[in-house]
Amino acid sequence: MHRNANGCRAGIVPQVLLGNLIGWSITNWSEIQADLVQHIELTFIAVGIGLCIAVPLALVAWRYPITRAPFVGFSSVLYIIPSVALFAIVGAYTGYIASYLTAEIALVGYTLLILMWNTLAGLAAVPPEAKEASIALGYTRTATLWRVELPLALPYIFAGLRVATSTVVGLVTVTLFIGLGGLGQLVNYGFMASFTTPIIVALILAVLLAAICDLAWVGIERLVVPWSRSSRRATVRA
Amino acid sequence: MHFINEVWAYLTDGANWTGSTGFPTLFYRQFILSLAVIIGAVLIGGCIGLVLGHTGRGSLVAVNAANAFRAVPSLALLTILAIVPAISLKWGGFLAAFIALLVLAVPPILTNTYVGIREVDADVRDAATAMGLTGSQVLRRVELPLALPFIVAGIRTAAIEVVATSTLAAYVSYSDLGTPLLAGLSVNNAVEATSASLMIIVLAALFAIGIGLIQRVVTPRALRTKRRGGNFLVSGPIGKVASPTAEDALAAST
Repeated sequence: MHRNANGCRAGIVPQVLLGNLIGWSITNWSEIQADLVQHIELTFIAVGIGLCIAVPLALVAWRYPITRAPFVGFSSVLYIIPSVALFAIVGAYTGYIASYLTAEIALVGYTLLILMWNTLAGLAAVPPEAKEASIALGYTRTATLWRVELPLALPYIFAGLRVATSTVVGLVTVTLFIGLGGLGQLVNYGFMASFTTPIIVALILAVLLAAICDLAWVGIERLVVPWSRSSRRATVRA
Repeated sequence: MHFINEVWAYLTDGANWTGSTGFPTLFYRQFILSLAVIIGAVLIGGCIGLVLGHTGRGSLVAVNAANAFRAVPSLALLTILAIVPAISLKWGGFLAAFIALLVLAVPPILTNTYVGIREVDADVRDAATAMGLTGSQVLRRVELPLALPFIVAGIRTAAIEVVATSTLAAYVSYSDLGTPLLAGLSVNNAVEATSASLMIIVLAALFAIGIGLIQRVVTPRALRTKRRGGNFLVSGPIGKVASPTAEDALAAST
């Protein structure tokens, strides 16, 4: 009986639910804020380290094709492994209890494949004429890579960063099982108390966080790669 | 080395291979749950994607579906459904996990199906219409076969996600290989957690390789020779659909 009453109330009066969400969030803001900050920390560190590892690896893989198969193969294997399983295996060596190191190693593993693959795709999409022109101008192969190919691959790298960031925002909740969790802590609280409000708050905040990060990447891309924006305008005009 | 020996001992202990908490039972339960979700998602996402792609409608929704859902924490979906009284206990917790996983698996399949159909060369489509094929014939005989590599790539993305998340179903309602994994994590038993992880990796690899084989078979022979990059486990760059191409960049910068 009690359960039915609960279900009905949530279904019939959505305004009340929304009011509850906001009311609950205000009352419990200090806890929500702590979880949110942890979520953002875990996400930023993972994407930052992932970027610092993946792009150089992709450049090496591109410059020396013999390394391509092992690099991509390794990151594919990391990508296939479910996150909790990766936490368990990594944590066997680095510790399970609220270990940022364990969490970040696993989270970076997921960004690696996404970022590496997009960087490689971007490098592969550089028109051969641009490369030939730069070599004809006297650039060495390494200089061509740095000054011509990498800048032209930037739109792909940004696309990868956007996907990687959203993916990590979603994954961070899973670090709950090694004592972290960010917004996952709210999910856990709601689940333990059979109370949907904190779970919905966590879900909304995660999606909002991902959306804000996505917009931020778009903004940074416009600053760093101004031509990708003008190209779109040009296409519209044509 | 000591730790690896312990894991090996755990994995080869006969007691862990029998009964309702043994690896075979848990492996089978996770396999069935994942397979059911993937089939369900192919039916739902595939059909919607085919219709939208064929008619060219709803591009905004179809293209962004996969991206929008990427950030939704799967754990939140699982727990919400697991505490909704009407479904939490149905079919031994299977239903709650099934629906939550379905919500995750449909978007990538929908997006890839839509994109795959839209990528079909307009000339090919026009030629088929000119030859007198009806709309549904064009869809079945021309668009679908040409879009299949894309569709299967979407299924593979969804499958990887489903297997990963079905592990978390153990947290809420449905016992599978995630049960010993999460138990090991919660009591700091690295041997149990790692052993269960290895079993889950076997399951994930099974799905990835199985779908990889399907992908190879369904790729039309003419397209098979030019490989778009990718290996046995993952195919092609992830989320490349929305990215502007380097050609655009060059054209605009010169």
